[in-house]
Amino acid sequence: MMQYAPVADRDPLPMLLNRWLCLLLTCFLAGTAQGERIDVAVASNFMAPIKELSREFERDSGHNVRLSFGSSGKFYAQIRHGAPFLVFFSADQAKPQALESAGLTVPGSRFTYAIGTLVLWSAKPGFLTNGQERLASGEFNRLALANPRLAPYGVAAIEVLESLKLTAATRPKWVQGENISQTYQFVSTGNADIGFVALSQLQADSSFRDSNGLKASGSSWKVPQTLHRPIRQDAVLLKRGEYSPAARALLEFIRSEKAGAIIVRQGYLLP
Amino acid sequence: MNLSQDDLATLWLTLQLATTVTAILLIVGTPIAWWLARTRSWWKGVVSAVVALPLVLPPTVLGFYLLLAMGPEGAIGQLTQGLGLGTLPFTFWGLVVASVLYSLPFVVQPIQNAMEALGERPLEAAATLRAGPWDRFFTVVVPMARPGFLTAAVLGFAHTVGEFGLVLMIGGNIPGETRVVSVQIYDHVEALDYAHAHGLAAIMVLFSFLVLLGLYGVQRQKGTFGLTYGKNR
Repeated sequence: MMQYAPVADRDPLPMLLNRWLCLLLTCFLAGTAQGERIDVAVASNFMAPIKELSREFERDSGHNVRLSFGSSGKFYAQIRHGAPFLVFFSADQAKPQALESAGLTVPGSRFTYAIGTLVLWSAKPGFLTNGQERLASGEFNRLALANPRLAPYGVAAIEVLESLKLTAATRPKWVQGENISQTYQFVSTGNADIGFVALSQLQADSSFRDSNGLKASGSSWKVPQTLHRPIRQDAVLLKRGEYSPAARALLEFIRSEKAGAIIVRQGYLLP
Repeated sequence: MNLSQDDLATLWLTLQLATTVTAILLIVGTPIAWWLARTRSWWKGVVSAVVALPLVLPPTVLGFYLLLAMGPEGAIGQLTQGLGLGTLPFTFWGLVVASVLYSLPFVVQPIQNAMEALGERPLEAAATLRAGPWDRFFTVVVPMARPGFLTAAVLGFAHTVGEFGLVLMIGGNIPGETRVVSVQIYDHVEALDYAHAHGLAAIMVLFSFLVLLGLYGVQRQKGTFGLTYGKNR
């Protein structure tokens, strides 16, 4: 009989576990006594601004913002399958809209938090003194752009080429990045002479890139907004955040003047 | 199952890539494996470590450094430009070079293990029968190490078919040139086109399973023969 674990011996374990949980809970509550934790999904292109914005917000409100970065398409799939995010900052309007029609958002909470600025960029100084002319001349080895199926900046790049009637002429030289960061890498490493990137990427801290031996300078052409539809990026309060005052406060803060100034400084326009 | 023309093109390209890479890997990997199996040099550790390095680095990281190295200002890029070949990123042969580096350990290690398992005796026996070094290699070592070669070919092929991060970094997603199946599935998923993604993924899984099943089946038959012989029973 003794080789079986006696029933009485099993009791201390749950008790110990209980004590453990109480301790853990106490620590947890103590740690978050001042504020609530908000899990936020953010499209990668907005990484630099949201870091600064959430620092400001945390300091003002005492809440704790936990940021996850990734592609909007992945976040869409994850949120549909129960990912624990309260707020979603998408790189486009389509994905928040799709979540809205799936009933996964708080009705009426969707709004445009930033409008992206498209830039034709080259790592070579002086290469793009006249961007439109360079595009039309075809004198470049490759043209990098974000995949228009996946990235709103890619859609805008195609629209620019359509407006300039250069789609067919440039197509053989296209190389597509899966997202805007990869497109940026194609140009910054010199593998593509020119590429459509986001102004916010060029705006990011230049010392970081220098230490990696990449060129932060080069030359660029700020694409006129008339050549493409605006790159509207929408944010939305998700169902899980419906009863979180902190999540609502964060979205309120993003719409404030103070936040707007940060967003503009990082290379975006405001709606 | 609704496959578009694009999907079929990516399947065909993936097959071409994996076959080319496997062939090159067997040619490049065999001498490396032979040297590693036979040498007593201090360099053995260093070379083994270098061969195994791709196992450590995440594919996107490896891809990023290849993008730098193969770019116009990188060391490999300077070399290929000097030879009049242009630069390698965004080309089929760029993917081949990157895949060969990436899958090298999967090919070298099984061949090396099979060669080490042979021991000295069959080679010494062949030498007493006046077989020269080349003769010994091709008529004794290669046939006896066949299970190792088969495993190496299977792993090299499978690893290249399943490769993703590296292709993503240096491919540029060009139809018919660098857009392979894994990238196409990823694009479908990211674009929320799950129906096409499921179809293509199902084909990829089924195909890979059949190839692996076939090759392991062959290996099971020949393997017993090769290994028993190799142990000099």
